[in-house]
Amino acid sequence: MTTAPRRLRRPILTSLAVAGAGAMLLSACAGGGGATTEPESFLFTKNAENTTTEPVLQALVDGVCADANAALPLEINSIPQAEIDAQMQLLASQGGLPPMFSAGGNPAEGAKLVDAGVVLDLDEAMTELGVRDKVAEGAVSTIKKLYGGEFSFLPFQYNIEGIFYNTAIFEENGWAVPTTWDELLTVAGEAQAAGYTPFAASGEQGWPLTRLVSGYLFRSLGGDALQKVADGEAKLTDPEYVAAAQAIADLGAAGYFGDNVASLDYDSASNEFLTGNAVMIYMGSWLLGNINGEGNEIGADNVGFFKFPAVEGGAGSIDAYPSNVGLPATFGSQTYTEDVAEWLKCIGEGYGNAALEQGQITGFVADVEVELPAISQTIADEISTSTDSVLWFEALFPAKASSVSSTNAALLVTGQLSAEEFMALVQDAIDNP
Amino acid sequence: MKSVLGDPKAIALLLGPALLVYTLVMLVPIFWSLGLTFFTGNVLQGFEFNGIANFEKLVNDKAVHDAFWFTVNYAIIVTIGQVVFGYGLALLYHFVLRKSSVVVRTLVFFPVVLPTVAISLLYQKLFQSAPNDGLVNELLFNVGVTPIDWLGAGGTAFIVVIIMDIWRSVGFYGVLIFSGLLDIPDDIVESARIDGARSWSLFRYIILPMSLPILFASLIFSINGTIKVFDSVFALTGGGPGSSTTPLTLYMYRTAFQFSDYGYGSTIALLLTIMSLLVTLVIFQQSRRDNTK
Repeated sequence: MTTAPRRLRRPILTSLAVAGAGAMLLSACAGGGGATTEPESFLFTKNAENTTTEPVLQALVDGVCADANAALPLEINSIPQAEIDAQMQLLASQGGLPPMFSAGGNPAEGAKLVDAGVVLDLDEAMTELGVRDKVAEGAVSTIKKLYGGEFSFLPFQYNIEGIFYNTAIFEENGWAVPTTWDELLTVAGEAQAAGYTPFAASGEQGWPLTRLVSGYLFRSLGGDALQKVADGEAKLTDPEYVAAAQAIADLGAAGYFGDNVASLDYDSASNEFLTGNAVMIYMGSWLLGNINGEGNEIGADNVGFFKFPAVEGGAGSIDAYPSNVGLPATFGSQTYTEDVAEWLKCIGEGYGNAALEQGQITGFVADVEVELPAISQTIADEISTSTDSVLWFEALFPAKASSVSSTNAALLVTGQLSAEEFMALVQDAIDNP
Repeated sequence: MKSVLGDPKAIALLLGPALLVYTLVMLVPIFWSLGLTFFTGNVLQGFEFNGIANFEKLVNDKAVHDAFWFTVNYAIIVTIGQVVFGYGLALLYHFVLRKSSVVVRTLVFFPVVLPTVAISLLYQKLFQSAPNDGLVNELLFNVGVTPIDWLGAGGTAFIVVIIMDIWRSVGFYGVLIFSGLLDIPDDIVESARIDGARSWSLFRYIILPMSLPILFASLIFSINGTIKVFDSVFALTGGGPGSSTTPLTLYMYRTAFQFSDYGYGSTIALLLTIMSLLVTLVIFQQSRRDNTK
């Protein structure tokens, strides 16, 4: 046993060396890199809820992006929308952003990536590639409004929002398309009496309900109602703001969202409308995919679209559409190599047409003649003739307020929170981000 | 052996690697996180020193208070449920089913090995109320009770979370306590029977005192897990509706990663650490007593 100490000396040194190497490895993982790294594939990380972008990209792979795909193959990775902001921010801090990725649900969080300089300046890059004019100016201005004044995101979608309705049921019952809030309430009341659910809405998601609050606000107080809140000039707890939440809470209290709105998820809410159980649904034009798809039991011909109605005596115009670019995608600046630039170029060249051929309306310029289903044509016409646009309830809120708003919306319409309590919660989250 | 363990170098060699790994993966992040409590910001935008502002916020944040009480209520109810039902199962295995308990043990243990997310999806469907009623609401409807929107209100969502978490872990506690019951010598039970102890008195004066040590161990296991609950709540309700089923862990995660405030997130983590520390201290204090006396 006396020789033990001598024998042990070497293992101690070895273990120290191993530990040292381990520590170096750990510190290497933690450090980010500033230089451009060569990506192994054209990895696109998107939100799992987005099912419209992938088929268009696949169409491009078979078309204008064939060469780019041969040099750097397309790979698509889906993660839940709620996780995207956090994941991308973490990846950005480690220098590990994928070549292309979707923004998360909070424009304010996307703007942080722009501020940190980790995403590509698309204005410059696309001008260089000669495809800057392939993105419609309307979409660019919406993006600038949302993402800190820069054009750093690609509008793979361009949506307007309003109320889709079942024209067959409307005709059967002799209802006119409502243009004022009171008329909407009358139709909703009669629909309920006729045994239908007046509005389909997903309380589980929450945002389909808060969209109604902002819709009401934009009509009652004008298009800058929420900008004032973001700027601190007005509070959501001001009586005229609470009145909007109260109007939506009243819809819930009257049972117009049907039973169990609180736990109805997005797909089920859409299905309520597409199977004819619900007469109306407030939604963005991305619903066209489902309306024109096979799951639509009422038939695409029986779907109409009207603007969010006016509020009597309100300051807002009925023509101001809530518009958005869905969850736009952007490019990581550190993985922007020549091969990736080829991708950006061919996406710029081909995306608008390829998407339109699939019946999608995007923020890209399209110059092919495609015969669209009637309802899609209606929306396309509305978009091309619209002169004024507004954002949505949470668009300018910080992440916390956005989360508080959408998670508590169901409680507002089920009477578990009063309009005052709901607005106070959201305002508190704005004040203490 | 004594001379090896008396040698400082041998001690260093034996403890060194484990200590190093422990330091790197546990202590460094803990102190790092502790330091972050005095900052605000995130990895992307950088950190800014803000003194004790995070602690002031913690004291006044209603969301923290709600999450704290949710966590406490949840931990107490689920711990009691896990240990009591687990004990019941163990007694059933040992005294009623005896040798034939293997099949039942396996069946009851089955949920333990299932992924939490799968169980949460299962429970979402069981307690579903929209667009179609799930099994539970169907049963209620058939016995003349109005179906309930279980996950649509805080109170009922809490009940579902509790039922689910007890169901999925009770098999583990059943087996754990069962192994403790096996250690009770048969001759003691036998002699108690000869002395006239019947089922209740046998349980009250022999079985219960002799199974206290394993019950105590179960309690420690259980409270350790429940106070840090995250995955099951996250997958089942996402903390909702509103924030009614949000435990501290989930609020901490949201604050740090979704609301990108690592500093305040770390402050919430510190609160959680203190809670765990207090529970540990109480348990260690208690465990010094000899429970069989």
